[in-house]
Amino acid sequence: MSRLQRAGWAAASIAVGIAMIGIWQFIAWHKLVSPVFLPGPDQTWAALVDGFENGMLGEQTLETVERMIYGWVLASLLGTGLGALIGSSRRARELIAPTLEFIRPLPSSAMIPVGIAFFGLTKSMVVGVVAFGSIWPMLLATIHGFSAVEPRLIEVGRVLKLSRLQMAFKIAFPNAMPDIFAAMRLGLITALILSVVGEILAFQGGLGSHILEASRAYRSPDLFAGVIVLGMIGLTSNLVLSFLEARFLRWRRP
Amino acid sequence: MKWQGFILPAGLVLTAEACARIFGISSDSLAAPSQILKAAWMLLADGSLFVMTGQTLLSAVAGLLLGGCAGLVLAVVLGLSPTLTRLLRYPIEALRPIPSIAVLPIFLMVYGFGYRMEIAIIAFACFWPNLIIGQAAVSGIEPRLLEVSRVLGLGFVGRVTKIVLPAALPRLFLAFRLAAAISLIVSVTVEIAMNPQGLGYELMAAQNSLRPEVMFAILLYIGLLGWGLNALLLFAQQRLFGAAGTAQVPR
Repeated sequence: MSRLQRAGWAAASIAVGIAMIGIWQFIAWHKLVSPVFLPGPDQTWAALVDGFENGMLGEQTLETVERMIYGWVLASLLGTGLGALIGSSRRARELIAPTLEFIRPLPSSAMIPVGIAFFGLTKSMVVGVVAFGSIWPMLLATIHGFSAVEPRLIEVGRVLKLSRLQMAFKIAFPNAMPDIFAAMRLGLITALILSVVGEILAFQGGLGSHILEASRAYRSPDLFAGVIVLGMIGLTSNLVLSFLEARFLRWRRP
Repeated sequence: MKWQGFILPAGLVLTAEACARIFGISSDSLAAPSQILKAAWMLLADGSLFVMTGQTLLSAVAGLLLGGCAGLVLAVVLGLSPTLTRLLRYPIEALRPIPSIAVLPIFLMVYGFGYRMEIAIIAFACFWPNLIIGQAAVSGIEPRLLEVSRVLGLGFVGRVTKIVLPAALPRLFLAFRLAAAISLIVSVTVEIAMNPQGLGYELMAAQNSLRPEVMFAILLYIGLLGWGLNALLLFAQQRLFGAAGTAQVPR
């Protein structure tokens, strides 16, 4: 496909998106769905602008993003660190991996009550729960990446007389990078979801409390504005990670 | 699974029990394994465990079927039409990153508490994996198969049911397996956050009423349920499709 064609399709796709917003506006104007539940795009936009200019929306967004990122960074560091330790020893793998496989399908939100029982309903609890819930993909991917090293590379390392630490950093870690990146992406989405759940439960401010309060008071424009901001956070974080992934894994491209 | 895998959990259980016996802890956040086992037995004996499981699984299955089928239909349509795929690209990319929990307050406002709200959220969450993986599966079908269907003069429905779905079935099942895991996760999450029914709510209620032994019993049970569901679907996938089912998912 030529560049011109691609640009044409992109424009057409954006036009379709705009047309969908138009249909949404049409439905809202003619009250085909009760306006209590479905505000028009004009009202939602107004609530969005008002929330950022006069209200708490900007502050709440920052709070949620902060929580998500703290929890996610904590989970990424702990997950890759522990995963590297477990993954580079065959014995540790045999001992620990089956237990982790059992924990993996456990919904990470199910750990929230346990987190509350231990830490209480505090701000640090939410970060702790976010980290604890989103650590599993990172941990399992690192173990997998470290244990699935091409045997010939290990032989090369042995010939070069690399120490265990050098082996981990020069051979196993680069080998695990694609797995870790994929897991970090998954973990970031989990972190966002858990931050919101934590905020809904703990009333600790943030977007979770914002959308819940808006829904309780039937202020649907505010609610939709909050949902849009959450979608934007998801979209942006995904784009940033894709960009980083492309940069850091450039050496892998043939 | 090798026997070494049992050392760690068994060791943890024994240590916890020994600590509880020796130091005689009575805590609001921890419970001895024997107490947890007793709580689990109580939940089983009075039948409440079956009631909660039923509530959670009913929502999960209903949401999975609704959202999964909607995703599948759109996946087949988009997979067969590159034009529509290109046209809907940005709208889909704009909607997909909305975290499923964010739609909770919307459906809470529309439906109130209960099954309908939970099912709607699960359907929203299960829609996306089926759409994305399904579309990749359908558009990756051997083009010659589609040529055959054209030569045979099959209509759209015939083409879909006789050629497309059978050819894409292994990877559609993979999408279904992922969506099934998501449906359980989302149902428990919704129950913990908001909806007063099912396993997630009872888990939260046990924490609130400071009964850690019940909390851990339900937590372990949820883990067992998720693990069993995953193992069952994995078994079905290998049994039904063999090596074809384990093909890599595109990211």
